[in-house]
Amino acid sequence: MELAAAKALGAGIACIGMGTAGIGLGHIFGNYLAGAIRNPAAADGQFGRLIFGFAVTEALGIFSLLVALILLFT
Amino acid sequence: MAYDPIHQFRIEPIVPIHVGGLDFSFTNSALFMVLTVAVGAGFLILATASRAVVPGRWQSSAEIVYEFVEKTLRDSAGSEGMRFFPFVFSLFMFVLVANLWGMFPYFFTVTSQIIVTAALALSVILLVIVYGFWKNGLHFFKLFVPSGVPKVILPFIVVIEVLSFVSRPISLSIRLFANMLAGHITLKVFAGFVVLLGSAGFLGVVGAVLPLLGTIALTALEFLVAALQAYVFAILTSLYINDAIHPGH
Repeated sequence: MELAAAKALGAGIACIGMGTAGIGLGHIFGNYLAGAIRNPAAADGQFGRLIFGFAVTEALGIFSLLVALILLFT
Repeated sequence: MAYDPIHQFRIEPIVPIHVGGLDFSFTNSALFMVLTVAVGAGFLILATASRAVVPGRWQSSAEIVYEFVEKTLRDSAGSEGMRFFPFVFSLFMFVLVANLWGMFPYFFTVTSQIIVTAALALSVILLVIVYGFWKNGLHFFKLFVPSGVPKVILPFIVVIEVLSFVSRPISLSIRLFANMLAGHITLKVFAGFVVLLGSAGFLGVVGAVLPLLGTIALTALEFLVAALQAYVFAILTSLYINDAIHPGH
């Protein structure tokens, strides 16, 4: 298999990582919403932690996007 | 005009300066770092120049930024961590303003260069390590030995904790760099679609509205990500500083 084809395949496979990051994000926000519906008064206090958890989880998805981009463009 | 989305990240010298074979040119990256510092410092200095007890709009906005970072640092690192407030605040302002400068068309995004974010992350981790050892001595290694762990698996836990500490500067730098890189590449790709469709006759121009709406939505998302990444960088720095001050979970 030629190198360019293998790289393109690898980039496609790396996108699976972004899908799993999406699952993680849905988990975080789903739990936050479930808690917020039960206890709306306490929801705003935890918003900072929500955003922090979102950012670190999203980072892993972005890392896999970075791998895909490196494969495609170098 | 290049349609490829990588062209925007090319570093071009504006004022070539070569000293003894080394390249010290004033590049577009350097220009935007200067602009970042100028706008960030200028905003804060000018907004608080009047020092009114009852703040006007500008001073109020500067105070909001100050209190936001102060709250973040104080919640994570406690009152002892407040001695690092100038450092964390400078980091926050630099990343925020640099990200926002990159949102304008044709402007260069400083934080989309891995060397810039790596330098910032390295300064954070060096501060954590140096201050951690200076303040706690060898007790700093307690960071890698969490309490309440059965003695049997302790060696493995220590190895994992050390690896996780080593991965901190890597993840800190790559998170910011990859977010900015991916965001701007996506923006350029969507914008390229608009041009591509628009050059395909009348039906193409009508259809080009869709990627245009996508570009607008993405730009809004990119503004959010710019602010969010600055906040995440600041809060992670605060958490790492807390680890330096109080090692051991």
